[in-house]
Amino acid sequence: MALLEVDRLVTEFHTGAGVVRALDNVSFTLERGKVLGIVGESGSGKSVTAFSLMNLLEAPGRIASGSIRFKGEELGAASPTRWSQLRGDRIAMVFQDPMMSLNPVMRIGAQLAETVAIHARASRAQIDEQVCSALRRVGIAAPAERMRAYPHELSGGMRQRVAIANAIINAPDLIIADEPTTALDVTIQGQILYEMKQLVRSSGTALLWITHDISLVKDLADHLCVMYAGRVIEQGPVDQVIGQPRHPYTRGLIDSLPHAASRGKRLYSIPGATPPLLALPPGCAFAPRCSRASAACSVTPQVTVAGAREFRCFHPLDRP
Amino acid sequence: MTAMLSTNKLTKTFSLKQGTLARAAAALGVGGDAPRQVFAVNQVSLDVDQGEVLGLVGESGCGKSTVGRMIAGLLPASAGSLAFQGEDITRPSVATHLKIQMVFQNPYASLNPRHRIDQAVTEAAQYHGLVSKSEAPAYAAQLLRQVGLDPSYATRYPHQFSGGQRQRIAIARALSLKPRFVVCDEAVSALDVSVQAQVLNLFMDLRESQGLTYLFISHNLAVVEYIADRVAIMYLGRVVELADTRSIFSRPQHPYTQALIADAPRLDTKVAEHRPIQGELPSPLDPPRGCAFHPRCPHAMERCRSEVPALQQGAPGHWSACHLVHAAA
Repeated sequence: MALLEVDRLVTEFHTGAGVVRALDNVSFTLERGKVLGIVGESGSGKSVTAFSLMNLLEAPGRIASGSIRFKGEELGAASPTRWSQLRGDRIAMVFQDPMMSLNPVMRIGAQLAETVAIHARASRAQIDEQVCSALRRVGIAAPAERMRAYPHELSGGMRQRVAIANAIINAPDLIIADEPTTALDVTIQGQILYEMKQLVRSSGTALLWITHDISLVKDLADHLCVMYAGRVIEQGPVDQVIGQPRHPYTRGLIDSLPHAASRGKRLYSIPGATPPLLALPPGCAFAPRCSRASAACSVTPQVTVAGAREFRCFHPLDRP
Repeated sequence: MTAMLSTNKLTKTFSLKQGTLARAAAALGVGGDAPRQVFAVNQVSLDVDQGEVLGLVGESGCGKSTVGRMIAGLLPASAGSLAFQGEDITRPSVATHLKIQMVFQNPYASLNPRHRIDQAVTEAAQYHGLVSKSEAPAYAAQLLRQVGLDPSYATRYPHQFSGGQRQRIAIARALSLKPRFVVCDEAVSALDVSVQAQVLNLFMDLRESQGLTYLFISHNLAVVEYIADRVAIMYLGRVVELADTRSIFSRPQHPYTQALIADAPRLDTKVAEHRPIQGELPSPLDPPRGCAFHPRCPHAMERCRSEVPALQQGAPGHWSACHLVHAAA
């Protein structure tokens, strides 16, 4: 049994202008100790996936159908009490902007201690010990002193480390990270990626890493989901998806990245723009931008399974 | 050949506001301290040749945007000089600065939401007398076509456009004054990958068709490696390495450049598991003595702690500011 099984998840937002289907039959599984990368451009539904999994959707958003099974438990049926037991203890989340996710008027030590105390009975000394240990594991030197700092006294990279410490402190089974390094500088991003890899390896925590940058997950993830307009259009082992994409959108996304070999040449660019979710074309949402599209694409392609790979496309790219 | 644009020891300092007590003490002559100063940009000397793309790379707070703003005439320099086509423009001159335009990072913030697109792109040209009011609609149509937008969009407002389209509008606005030099400050950083490629292609097309020269400021090494002819790397207000793009990416000399290149995620190489460079940018309020990078540098020597390394030429055209490189040579 996989740690997390998401099956045909549909999330909708009922707005005045109509029903927006932000997630359309999203399915994936995540095994214990593995890293799943979810890649997509703005509006593809990657953050809505995280919020749906954490039951953090706010009206008018709601899960319309599908199931989320965590360690065999159907989370769709979980009560608010059950959710407060799970969140922060078994499933933790790291957001993009640590200034928004940390309480600005609470010392960071107190915030981390709260995360521990809500879920377990422990003495003051035990809790302090646990907080220090978590801060040390995310690379914060002199944790006993840092515990007394307020978030504004820390740099962006340090704040994100504190947010990660807050996520790992109860040794969760699953961490959901939504663009956690996007706001950080390259060298700090390098440090955090390195530390996350070490943490996942040493603790056996599963990690779901959401990003717009496909090159970021290449060396981090085991499995990769590529999202477009609310659907997972391709998934599989990360090396295979990046090395031999089957869906034309994945191919286009990779070819659009500037790199040394493309110097002096025009970059490949996918024509057009991501369609607004309120006015999706019928059938495959990528068809209007796709050079391989045909009349068949006016019907929504179902998932094709080929070994460890899955894709939604009537005209997949051949394997080399 | 003289460079199209050259900066000579260009420096920008910002003074910290003093508290009331400190100011009163200074007025009475009892306070000892002069107002503290931050060197946002410290003696930056760069030459950009006609038709060239110079990439300016660094992390937040390194001063790269401040250099761009001084060149575009949006900020006066504190010291040093700035020349464009042989003319000294250290004190911003309106006539010359029309030839230097700027494209900003965030097209959501750089376009006035209450101005129609045709107004946004022709306002400056009308103000400076390049076109009359009656010529403006035709000029707007021409500019929009130039950046790949349908001229019928001219009467729409910014909120009706996607991020990529807005950045095209911002580029059209910069082009409206017929610049020779464009400062692009993180101009593609806010865009999705597929749109980023479209806008980068547009920059390259315009370079060709308009003969533009660019200062391309970015933290994204892959983008700079693609678009720039030469690259300058900045750290805490100073240029630490300057070379043509191929040399800087294949043979980086400064340990900071090496760390930046090693830590940047990329698709086309399999990176070996490496331990990223430690530490963070020091505060510009309290910069380390000697080489600003020494607290993070794996090769720091005694000399690095006391003496600021000068930017020196190692290989022809390859400049770096590191004691290690130039002591060995």
